[in-house]
Amino acid sequence: MKCRKCGQGAVVELRRHNAAFCAGDFIEFFRNQVREAIRRHRMLSRDEPVLVAVSGGKDSLALWDVLLEDGYAATGLYLDLGIFDYSVESKARCEAFAAGRGARLIVSRVADEVGAPVPVIKDVTRRPPCSGCGLSKRYLMNRIALEHGFPVVATGHNLDDEAATLFGSVMTWQTDALPRQSPALPSTHPKLVRRVKPLYRLSEKETAAYAFLRHIDYIVEECPFARGATSIAHKQILDRMEDASPGAKHNFLFGFLDKARAAFERVEAVALTECARCGQVTTGTLCAFCKLSDQVKRAL
Amino acid sequence: MKVVLRNPRREVEVKGGRRVKDVLRELDILPDTVLVIRGDSMITADQVVADGDTIELRPVMSGGAS
Repeated sequence: MKCRKCGQGAVVELRRHNAAFCAGDFIEFFRNQVREAIRRHRMLSRDEPVLVAVSGGKDSLALWDVLLEDGYAATGLYLDLGIFDYSVESKARCEAFAAGRGARLIVSRVADEVGAPVPVIKDVTRRPPCSGCGLSKRYLMNRIALEHGFPVVATGHNLDDEAATLFGSVMTWQTDALPRQSPALPSTHPKLVRRVKPLYRLSEKETAAYAFLRHIDYIVEECPFARGATSIAHKQILDRMEDASPGAKHNFLFGFLDKARAAFERVEAVALTECARCGQVTTGTLCAFCKLSDQVKRAL
Repeated sequence: MKVVLRNPRREVEVKGGRRVKDVLRELDILPDTVLVIRGDSMITADQVVADGDTIELRPVMSGGAS
């Protein structure tokens, strides 16, 4: 198999693009996809700082790498979930990445903010572990960005993540979630920062290949709580569809973004207010994060 | 030849002298779900692996809360 650009031996094949690339040309292809995402959705500007949520995995570290290489003022944010050795090792990967590039890394512990780490939150709430974890991450990303003066948070969600989320929303017709699924969410309140997903055009295999070829030491092991997660099951279904019909995930997600998403925009805007406890944005009196924190503290 | 699998890490022996895509098919692994690594390099599914080779099949899936 030969590189589509230079004709040398290829190291990665992209069936959905009917193409293969050598290492150098793949890295350039990857960065161009990120640049196109940023340009098309006006995600970022080199004049403003961006907070990159990093987990120690391939996607977020690949994203941080591309942004730093392209001259963005990108600071990392690592949220320590307290998930046993997994968190210890993923934090070490983020710290090593930051030290190797002279980049700034902000570390925040979920246990300090909620009152307990994710494994305890899981037991207390009796909900799937990804539920309390995701809620805590989204809340803390926004609050820490505000506290440190970042107008935008970038996350490493890739094409597979977005297609699986869309699949899950469609399977249960969560019409309130569909309009919120976007590569770039604007700030709709002074206390909500923008959220962007510059990797949404790139598959999981592509981000893994980029991380490998850039010699990024990322954590390969999956989160122990992700096993059996619905999102993983949805990804496996989509993987089968992609294998039978390369480009299926791309067509599913991009077809939604281009043709269907607008149809689900709510006519009536949701009234945003500020949490009576923490002051962060919510739709009720107390935000979901403060309710979770109360539940944890009552149980301990 | 030796195949290193991850999550959990384990090794299996399979017949070499054939293309990577044939090895993946035998192990019921979809090509787009793994990086195929031989030594320090990634290789494509059309490449032939020899009996004495060791390849790592590194899963690319991550997931859970977002």
